[in-house]
Amino acid sequence: MADRTPAPDTPELRDRWGGFEFTEAYRERADKEIAKYPPGRQKSAVMALLDLAQRQVGEETETQGWLPLPVIEYVADYLDMPVIRVLEVASFYFMYNLVPVGKFHVQVCGTTPCKLRGSDALFETCKKRGMVKGHVSEDGLWTLTEVECMGNCATAPMAQINDGNYEDLTPERLDAVLDALAAGEQPKEGTQEPGRHTSEPAGGPTTLKAMVDANHDYRDEW
Amino acid sequence: MPKVKVDGVEIEVPDGATVLQACELAGKEIPRFCYHERLSIAGNCRMCLVEVKPGPPKPQASCALPAAENQEIRTDSEMVKKAREGVMEFLLINHPLDCPICDQGGECDLQDQSVAYGRGGSRYHENKRAVTEKYMGPLIKTVMTRCIHCTRCVRFSEEIAGVDEIGAVGRGEDMQITTYLEQAAEHELSANVIDLCPVGALTSRPYAFEARPWELKKTLSIDVSDAVGANIRLDARGREVLRALPRINDDVNEEWLSDKGRYMVDGLTRRRLDRVWIRKAGKLQPASWDEAFKAIAKVKPQGSVAAIAGDLLDCETMFAAKKLVNALGSDLLEGRQTGLAYPVPSLAASAFNSTFAGIETADAILIVGSNVRWEAPLVNVRLRKAAKKGAKVFIVGPYWDPTYPAEFLGDDAAILHDLPAHVTEALAKAERPAVILGGAGLAAGAFDAALALDVQRDGWNGFNVLHFSAARMGSLMLGYAQKGGLADVVKAEPKLVLALGSDEVDWSQFDQSLKVFIGHHGDKGAHAADIILPAAAYSEKDGTYVNTEGRVQFAEKAVFAPGDAREDWTILRALADALGVSVGFDSFEQLQSAMIAEVPALGEEGLADLGKLPKAGKGKAKGRIAAYPIKDFYLTNAIARASAVMQQCSAELLHGGEALEAAE
Repeated sequence: MADRTPAPDTPELRDRWGGFEFTEAYRERADKEIAKYPPGRQKSAVMALLDLAQRQVGEETETQGWLPLPVIEYVADYLDMPVIRVLEVASFYFMYNLVPVGKFHVQVCGTTPCKLRGSDALFETCKKRGMVKGHVSEDGLWTLTEVECMGNCATAPMAQINDGNYEDLTPERLDAVLDALAAGEQPKEGTQEPGRHTSEPAGGPTTLKAMVDANHDYRDEW
Repeated sequence: MPKVKVDGVEIEVPDGATVLQACELAGKEIPRFCYHERLSIAGNCRMCLVEVKPGPPKPQASCALPAAENQEIRTDSEMVKKAREGVMEFLLINHPLDCPICDQGGECDLQDQSVAYGRGGSRYHENKRAVTEKYMGPLIKTVMTRCIHCTRCVRFSEEIAGVDEIGAVGRGEDMQITTYLEQAAEHELSANVIDLCPVGALTSRPYAFEARPWELKKTLSIDVSDAVGANIRLDARGREVLRALPRINDDVNEEWLSDKGRYMVDGLTRRRLDRVWIRKAGKLQPASWDEAFKAIAKVKPQGSVAAIAGDLLDCETMFAAKKLVNALGSDLLEGRQTGLAYPVPSLAASAFNSTFAGIETADAILIVGSNVRWEAPLVNVRLRKAAKKGAKVFIVGPYWDPTYPAEFLGDDAAILHDLPAHVTEALAKAERPAVILGGAGLAAGAFDAALALDVQRDGWNGFNVLHFSAARMGSLMLGYAQKGGLADVVKAEPKLVLALGSDEVDWSQFDQSLKVFIGHHGDKGAHAADIILPAAAYSEKDGTYVNTEGRVQFAEKAVFAPGDAREDWTILRALADALGVSVGFDSFEQLQSAMIAEVPALGEEGLADLGKLPKAGKGKAKGRIAAYPIKDFYLTNAIARASAVMQQCSAELLHGGEALEAAE
């Protein structure tokens, strides 16, 4: 499991992030999230606001973003809730980074289906490119994390890089995706298997074939 | 009222009861860690599993399952036994085997329940989880490796104390209980989490490695740190009181105790007066009892003597002093040391008439000049409950953090004569309106104005005075109140002043008098005294105390007073002989019967009948309530001021650790 301890509360951290505030655009989105809940229940928007704060930090630092303590305190203050309750949420969910990450946060799934379909080779590929689990690479581009199931088992193995899922990976395909990202391009998200659209069976449907083009009533055939 | 069957015995349980409560009603013991009667239900320890039909064919957590009609509950089946053994085995996976060095040993739920419900041995061979200690302030010692994640401490600080400080950070195996950035828990009830913790994760820091529970002599006593009169148990070994723990009394303290009441006990062995002192040539010199009595007799105090009662006194001491003063032909008795002179037309007019349990049900509350959180932390817990149920709370006085929503109406006491419309309306429409008048409100002359407010309903008396001296109600019942307060005593210029542990008096007013201090701590009163007669603290004498509700409670003697110190009444009895007068009692029993004969209410435990509320007088509330009388919560009385733990709390929690940093 990745280290879930918040980055230490140093004067430098306070200096850098003490004045954090939502920008106009983010404030608008934050208030929209809060408006989804009845008045007085603004606390329910805590997960959305933490995500927005992390994204804004990401924009400011040109990374995927993370949550320094002063930012967590800002969110607590924004929602008028005790900061320990916000920290509880931030430390519970993996989508919140509590320490700085690289420009691309490569989260490779290591749970059983992906493992059976060769996720070990993906970690090997990442390692060859200089990534170390839980650390930012020297060029500041990459952070590697091993995560639990992301729900893409039908297209295992997979990796989530920032907001995109890349599925049906092989070492070569992952290399290609990472090369493209490093070069500043946006590779195709989703399955990397040629000819496959999403998670449909590879090689065409095997059941309910009559349903492919039009609705079909199977009831008489049971 | 659903009927359920517990282990084959049919019983009827109240509506809304849980299966666990039903089992308890049937007399079955259900092991539990996370469930607590006064906290919300979490259902995360899984120790209370029972078998319930109808329902899924697996054990169910009884604490979170409502009892329903025709349920068949089994607590003695093989499935339940195995389930408990399984849960216990899981809990013990990461719990260290360090009971021999754990302070909870001997009073540990986990220890007891693993003996009663666990398997005989462990099958676990892997490494155990280790968790770093968390700093939670000077009172709470943490050994977080022992934590079983019951979250009772988290729920207590959120629900009861109202200060969200403790939380569970991380998830799964990495979950840890901590305060934000390991800041000290800063509220007046923080140490109650030590009692709540079912294991040795949160233990008492000042009491660390002091004693085992089975070595201690347990004495039932009453807390004197404020006027709530919390029921406590003093645990003593030899001649030293090692700790104070709350007893359960739903009418008074539920099962909580303020940090001050709990931790000032180490002050009982420090700065003690344990011999007689006489001031000679401006300096206090050790002396004998005889010399002291002779020196007192020399001033010929007949007809010119006063007694000033301190804040921690029991009724017996005050009654003995009263008899002595009366025998000497005087009736100058006063207990309001700082010079307050509010009228006492009837005792009901200076009591907390709604009662603590009653104030929970109030629906509109006006607090006048009281920082309830500091003056009576356990009453603030009740007010918080009322506020959570929807009571509107208004406060006149400078800002303090009440932990519940409250509207501050400014600090001008005159506002009572002209309350804003919405406040008047809230009080008028309320079924159970209440006004709480604190010390600062009394000082601002708000007594008559508060009494004039219409807070009486059928079967409900909403007029409350909140004192913060344990002796106050007792002293008022015994007549320790001059019309003009302390100023009357000063004006009379008595030859002899008996200072009964009174440390808050400005003694420069009594330059002409012989000041005899009968008390237990070398504090402000002793510094100003001419003669010091060492007496007993609350832990060292039997006594009757009356809390601010007018509830009479008895405390027992836990240990003997140190050195030459004697129980107060024996000193006053001997002094009577030295002065050649008779007070009419020779033993504590005679003293008590004489006191009960004079004030019958003091002979019966429970709420005293204080009579009817008088009509409001013409007094005008005027002036600003600039500040509350308590400047430092942790240092309000001589015992607390002598306590190293209270001094540390004051320095660290109230003064931001400046003192500690300076020391480094």
